[in-house]
Amino acid sequence: MAAPMLRWVGRGRRWTFARVDGGSCHRRGAPTGSTSNRIREQSSVAQQPLYTTQKPRKGEHKWAAVVGLEIHAQISSNSKLFSGSQVRFSAPPNSLVSFFDASLPGTLPVLNRRCVEAAVMTGLALNCHINKKSLFDRKHYFYADLPAGYQITQQRLPIAVNGSLTYGVCAGKKQSQVIPKTVRIKQIQLEQDSGKSLHDDLRSQTLIDLNRAGVGLLEVVLEPDLSCGEEAAAAVRELQLILQALGTSQANMAEGQLRVDANISVHHPGEPLGVRTEVKNLNSIRFLAKAIDYEIQRQIDELENGGEILNETRSFHHQLGYTMSMRDKEGKQDYRFMPEPNLPPLVLYDATSLPAGADPQQVINIDQIRETLPELPSVTRERLVQQYGMLLEHSFTLLNEVGLLEFFQNVIKETRAEPKKVTSWVLNTFLGYLKQQNLAVSESPVTPSALAELLDLLDSRAISSAAAKQVMDLKEGNPRAINKLIGLVRKATQSRADPAMIKEILEKLSS
Amino acid sequence: MRTMLGRTLREVSAALKQGQITPTELCQKCLSLIKKTKFLNAYITVSEEVALKQAEESEKRYKNGQSLGDLDGIPVAVKDNFSTSGIETTCASNMLKGYIPPYNATVVQKLLDQGALLMGKTNLDEFAMGSGSTDGVFGPVKNPWSYSKQYREKRKQNPHSKNEDSDWLITGGSSGGSAAAVSAFTCYAALGSDTGGSTRNPAAHCGLVGFKPSYGLVSRHGLIPLVNSMDVPGILTRCVDDAAIVLGALAGPDPKDSTTVHDPINKPFMLPSLADVSKLCIGIPKEYLVPELSSEVQSLWSKAADLFESEGAKVLEVSLPHTSYSIVCYHVLCTSEVASNMARFDGLQYGHRCDIDVSTEAMYAATRREGFNDVVRGRILSGNFFLLKENYENYFVKAQKVRRLIANDFVNAFNSGVDVLLTPTTLSEAVPYLEFIKEDNRTRSAQDDIFTQAVNMAGLPAVSIPVALSNQGLPIGLQFIGRAFCDQQLLTVAKWFEKQVQFPVIQLQELMDDCSAVLENEKLASVSLKQ
Repeated sequence: MAAPMLRWVGRGRRWTFARVDGGSCHRRGAPTGSTSNRIREQSSVAQQPLYTTQKPRKGEHKWAAVVGLEIHAQISSNSKLFSGSQVRFSAPPNSLVSFFDASLPGTLPVLNRRCVEAAVMTGLALNCHINKKSLFDRKHYFYADLPAGYQITQQRLPIAVNGSLTYGVCAGKKQSQVIPKTVRIKQIQLEQDSGKSLHDDLRSQTLIDLNRAGVGLLEVVLEPDLSCGEEAAAAVRELQLILQALGTSQANMAEGQLRVDANISVHHPGEPLGVRTEVKNLNSIRFLAKAIDYEIQRQIDELENGGEILNETRSFHHQLGYTMSMRDKEGKQDYRFMPEPNLPPLVLYDATSLPAGADPQQVINIDQIRETLPELPSVTRERLVQQYGMLLEHSFTLLNEVGLLEFFQNVIKETRAEPKKVTSWVLNTFLGYLKQQNLAVSESPVTPSALAELLDLLDSRAISSAAAKQVMDLKEGNPRAINKLIGLVRKATQSRADPAMIKEILEKLSS
Repeated sequence: MRTMLGRTLREVSAALKQGQITPTELCQKCLSLIKKTKFLNAYITVSEEVALKQAEESEKRYKNGQSLGDLDGIPVAVKDNFSTSGIETTCASNMLKGYIPPYNATVVQKLLDQGALLMGKTNLDEFAMGSGSTDGVFGPVKNPWSYSKQYREKRKQNPHSKNEDSDWLITGGSSGGSAAAVSAFTCYAALGSDTGGSTRNPAAHCGLVGFKPSYGLVSRHGLIPLVNSMDVPGILTRCVDDAAIVLGALAGPDPKDSTTVHDPINKPFMLPSLADVSKLCIGIPKEYLVPELSSEVQSLWSKAADLFESEGAKVLEVSLPHTSYSIVCYHVLCTSEVASNMARFDGLQYGHRCDIDVSTEAMYAATRREGFNDVVRGRILSGNFFLLKENYENYFVKAQKVRRLIANDFVNAFNSGVDVLLTPTTLSEAVPYLEFIKEDNRTRSAQDDIFTQAVNMAGLPAVSIPVALSNQGLPIGLQFIGRAFCDQQLLTVAKWFEKQVQFPVIQLQELMDDCSAVLENEKLASVSLKQ
């Protein structure tokens, strides 16, 4: 991700994400220091007032936006939804294509058990009703990377319906509080991914890569319960965390494992919903928020100026930050849905309906899958709050940053320091340092053990807080920091510590 | 003794086991006859090299006493809508001319695994859409009975008969090439496909046993689909026992076809010889007595019923009240699936591609216009119309409901105690080509499928058995329909009936004699094969 996620004020200043040391309650009051965006991708939109015209006039009523999402998550599975082909990102083009994937005549789909289990698991985690019987349909359209001329999906009777997703958005004067919100989930359906088209304008030809064709997708359809880009971004981020916790999708947006289409309309509250547009293929959470907010504002402006909203598909130009009509050549598509005749109904069982003596390899037991559900992010957060006395918003940050929770837990395991101190150090000093260096947690030169040792030293008052922070400064590339640190340590130990030993420890810590 | 070529599969299998003939000799005889009967247009591709190589391997197995079973060394033919690895598979369409599949259909693989020799790929109506085997890009198939002694003698007696050469008969279809291939003794069994009667109809016209197994008993993997929910690989043989042998080799679940059933089926399909039929109940569906039915077929049908009754079976009139809706229902369901199944033929990955490259859409359109004939294009157009959002409920969904009613008719009939239904297979015997093409494909298909098509809607097993020759000296078949997955019971009844009627063997003396003469001299035979 290219843009800065968190504000960093000046070199050498402390990162003041949220103050956690001390016992004061931060739920009501604003923390000192700069902004805190728990869901980092939404920083650009969180603070701007939305959905009023540029110059609100007297007596004018406000606009409300209605946003619904369709999210495609690639199922984490060794093989494709209906064929034995391997699933692998960035393999040589057309190297992972079975006869079925290439739609050779006479080939038939064979449903991948793993994909069904992933769908059931995801449905359960999202509080869905799991349909014991679901059906597959063909959705027809001609496109070069859809070799069969149709996609197998679940239009009539999907595998899971009527769920909900609870996510948190930031609120309060300084966006420091997390307000829980819920979006309803209409359905989760299993479907095939398409291949990829690469347009070579120079030679005016299109190259087709079918490696992705037939990969299993979970299409998660959210009800239009969202009202802005920030909410959409937070909901998608939460879904991403859930999928990752379940292991049902790697949900890496940069690799296209999670793709979002947004349906957007605006209306005056109390009046019928407006005409909606669909913004397609949003492939980062930040762009998702930006695109939605841009589109909402565009629709408001259009209507304010006496214009009209067309029911159309739009794409988001992420460099220029606006949406534009995709101008479907064929006009309104009629997908000519039809039952997939080559797949019998997908029947699932639970403990009560499981036929006696059924071969476990031949049946899927919903109850059995429920028992294997891992801890979900909301429960993890609650546990963090309970166990370490941290604020809810801190638990959000710990989960949102990839690898940060694990780092935190490893530090906790190895240090004597108070959990609250660890939280503060991990979220403020350590994370701030990473942000400044534009590093991921996995790229951090500071290991959890090193930080734990540092915190132990701090805890035993062997070094001061200032000295400890100098250790972090050392990482910023200041070679003089080590001498300064040695001085600080000597001072702190009233010159009783051996400078050579101090240096050795410091170097070990900073290596 | 009849010549080797005139024998049934079971007989020639015994001859192979006893060493009376080797697989290579048998293969060469068949290849020679294929060449001699080329004018029938039964084969699109003759896989001579493949067959000879398979024969050589079979011969080794026989020498080592490691025969793979009844089908080892037996020449068979396969309709050209089954995928054959390394052998062109065209569906008799420009769209797939030159298409060489990289894999074998499961049924083809099973035949090869049993040691059968693949003689070639047989002609059909384009994408199996038709009932005459007249509408393929390789031209119509001629019925071997056109050249039979039985038919020719009758024609001599008829003062109105015209020029013989232009008066040849159609085989029926769409598996007409397979029927002609077996009927002309070029192989001992052939695979057809059966979506609305495409195996049973040409079997009836060519004096063969044409068997359509229960839907789900035999894998469709590799069969290029017409209507997935009705297609079944069909079997064409000279007698019921032969059909049972082939069924035994083909039946069973296939992990590559999710619609095959896993319940264990009795294998192999050894058919007991029924001593008596007194415990049987034969149903005669009254709705099948239609005005268009020829008096000869009608008379044979009632004679067959009488035969069962005289041998102690119970013969009941039953009602299949929704039969008359079958044709229109089939039209909607068939064309809808066709529209969907044909969507993949876009010229991008395999098959025909036009020269137009101004845009992908233009390329699709021109490719499909050039690749498909009018019949296929017409069905695609109708099917897409029925699947449009605004029409789906009124056509497709209604047709599905009617399909259920038709299937329930059969269930009710069987629940009333009937074991097997007895019906005509076709309205009349085979007609001359020139007469057949007076009507368009759609009209013909609608007429010719009326006794066979409802069975596909219900997924039931059915078999056409040749009964007798008409006044013109042409074969007439009757159809038996069984309960779902009671294929063995159905064939057992059919076998008893076959034994009673003693249908005459086709007399292709001129062809056979010439061929035998050629084959008597081994050197001559090998010379002719190299041509």
